[in-house]
Amino acid sequence: MKKKSLSSRLVGSPYYVWAAIFIVVPVIMVLYYSLTDRNGSFTLSNIADLRLYADTLVLSVWLGAIATAVCFVISYPIAYILSRAKASTQRTLMLLVMLPMWINLLLRTYSWMTILEDTGIINSLLAKIGIGPVHMINTSGAVVLGMVYNFMPYMIMPLYSVMTKIGRNTIEAAQDLGASSLQVLCRVVFPMSVPGIASGITMVFVPCVSTFYISQKLGGTGYTLIGDVIDTQFTNNARNMGATLSLILMVMIIICMLVMNQFTSDDDEGAMLV
Amino acid sequence: MSDNNIIDLKNITVEYDGEQVLKGLDLSIRDGEFVTLLGPSGCGKTTTLRIIGGFVEPDSGDVFFDGQRINGVQPYRRQVSTIFQRYALFPHLNVYENIAFGLRVKKVPEKELKVRVREAIELVGLRGFEKRHIDTLSGGQQQRVAIARSLVTRPKVLLLDEPLAALDLKLRKDMQVELKNIQKTLGITFIFVTHDQEEALSMSDTVIVMDKGVIQQIGTPQDIYNEPVNAFVADFIGESNIVDGVMLRDGLVRFAGQSIPCVDKGFEKNEPVDVVIRPEDIDVVEKGKSPLSGTVDSVTFKGVHYEAIVDVDGFKWMIQTTDLIREGEEIGILLNPDDIHVMKKSEYSGMFGDYSSFSDEMDTISQPDYDPEGESLPAEDEE
Ligand SMILES: Nc1ncnc2c1ncn2[C@@H]1O[C@H](COP(=O)(O)OP(=O)(O)OP(=O)(O)O)[C@@H](O)[C@H]1O
Ligand SMILES: [Mg+2]
Repeated sequence: MKKKSLSSRLVGSPYYVWAAIFIVVPVIMVLYYSLTDRNGSFTLSNIADLRLYADTLVLSVWLGAIATAVCFVISYPIAYILSRAKASTQRTLMLLVMLPMWINLLLRTYSWMTILEDTGIINSLLAKIGIGPVHMINTSGAVVLGMVYNFMPYMIMPLYSVMTKIGRNTIEAAQDLGASSLQVLCRVVFPMSVPGIASGITMVFVPCVSTFYISQKLGGTGYTLIGDVIDTQFTNNARNMGATLSLILMVMIIICMLVMNQFTSDDDEGAMLV
Repeated sequence: MSDNNIIDLKNITVEYDGEQVLKGLDLSIRDGEFVTLLGPSGCGKTTTLRIIGGFVEPDSGDVFFDGQRINGVQPYRRQVSTIFQRYALFPHLNVYENIAFGLRVKKVPEKELKVRVREAIELVGLRGFEKRHIDTLSGGQQQRVAIARSLVTRPKVLLLDEPLAALDLKLRKDMQVELKNIQKTLGITFIFVTHDQEEALSMSDTVIVMDKGVIQQIGTPQDIYNEPVNAFVADFIGESNIVDGVMLRDGLVRFAGQSIPCVDKGFEKNEPVDVVIRPEDIDVVEKGKSPLSGTVDSVTFKGVHYEAIVDVDGFKWMIQTTDLIREGEEIGILLNPDDIHVMKKSEYSGMFGDYSSFSDEMDTISQPDYDPEGESLPAEDEE
């Protein structure tokens, strides 16, 4: 790579300062707390204690993976239809996709509680037509639903962004060469949208795995996730264990991003993550 | 070239937002022909190709392929292949896989596929490029991939939408020759879109001149050049002086204040007409040796010849001559009967063929971006 000139370094310097304060320092602090005990002396016991939380970790990853998969399955056709619509329609529909994000996450999750509760909106409607109450709140399904609902825009947006870059002519060329609609999808649209898929998966999976609020409200006590545990550790002043759990979460997220970045090509700015 | 028609368009009309972009198009293309659609930007060339390719359904009218009506038949079921204005290669596939695409979707056995892809690669001269990624190729190489990718599926008709527009002049000339050779070798029908008249004349068996969604003239390059049907065609193809005249009787036309013998006939007595005189057909003689004369306004040296703007009876003519003439000089203008081409009056009469405001910078009036409505819209982007 070309050597950077002094001026371009100077231009970049605010970013480095920013990065140092908000990224490097916190990471060092997390590292410090996770390798020390309450009194500040070095220990590996926090790391060893991680096994106590193995189940929680697995559950977090599992529910996160399911939510991401559901998100993908729903978002892909939506993004595709969006990208093929008329420009004016695209703007309107995109606005609708983004609209829920303007409402506070806590509020959105509370609304789902009132909808799903045993005495909630759905069940009172079902009762009217004589179908017995269906238990929905505090199930893994409810947690996944909350995740999907809250994070779906993060899946739709990168998918939409790569798909709008697939020119109409490219798709027509495929049809012209004899590809049916299904073949166009499998052989052109899908492979060309891989970078968007990769960033969509990352952008949904990461917050799903680390979420703590959705699982508390919609999953009750049965579905405590890693984010909830970290939350509890810090509120109960058990910072060191909390830091260790954060560290392991961070490592997982970095691994996930590294894997996913293999699929994003360098020149696809719209779909890039880091 | 055979006598049966491979493509027939019958009274095709296409409307976008209430605006007719094709107005009752009738067109027959013979099997094995090299046909060029020629016309200014926005005249409906791409739309015509898209009708044949199956990407646009006409609002009215019928499309026939080899005698069978194919309205509503999906593009992937048509034995027609398109080379798009911007190639539209698949960026996620390498050269080999781009070319193999059409065979893979048709589930051609691997062995046959290999042979056919190899043939196509040889045909367009891309050997050694198989593994290359599309975005590492030059414009000309991408063009070749697009051609090979279409030809490998063995279409009966190849539609080419300004395939050479993005290439530089030298490469363009080479590709013209190459395309023509490919067409001759394979003997399939090429329908070629361009707004470069020289390209159209040098490559085609038949030229179709369009303007404003209407076919103005269909003919061989010679016909189109020598016998344009109206002022638009005369002006769009090459340089022309187009003068108001009156057809006195068969073989005698009056213009520029003189009655001059010509070879045209079949007009009413004293019918007003447009008279076309090509700048290169005019002989410059001494003043007085011909009934027609003029004053030289300006002379430009063009290499093979001089190009002069000459005032003839108040009308500015362009004359190309190898004789040295000077500004301000009075010259005689000699026309043989077959240098004169007489056309019926049309909606285009009076719009073209006057060089009074001519300068090299103004050459555009006869060039691609001439805009019939004068709205000067930028060229429509396809994507
Ligand atoms: N999808 C569309 N929607 C609306 N108008 C269109 C559409 N496609 C083409 N048109 C209009 O139809 C007219 C003819 O377009 P077309 O693309 O066929 O022109 P063209 O002869 O190929 O021009 P160019 O030489 O610039 O490529 C233009 O006025 C264009 O604006
Ligand atoms: Mg066009």
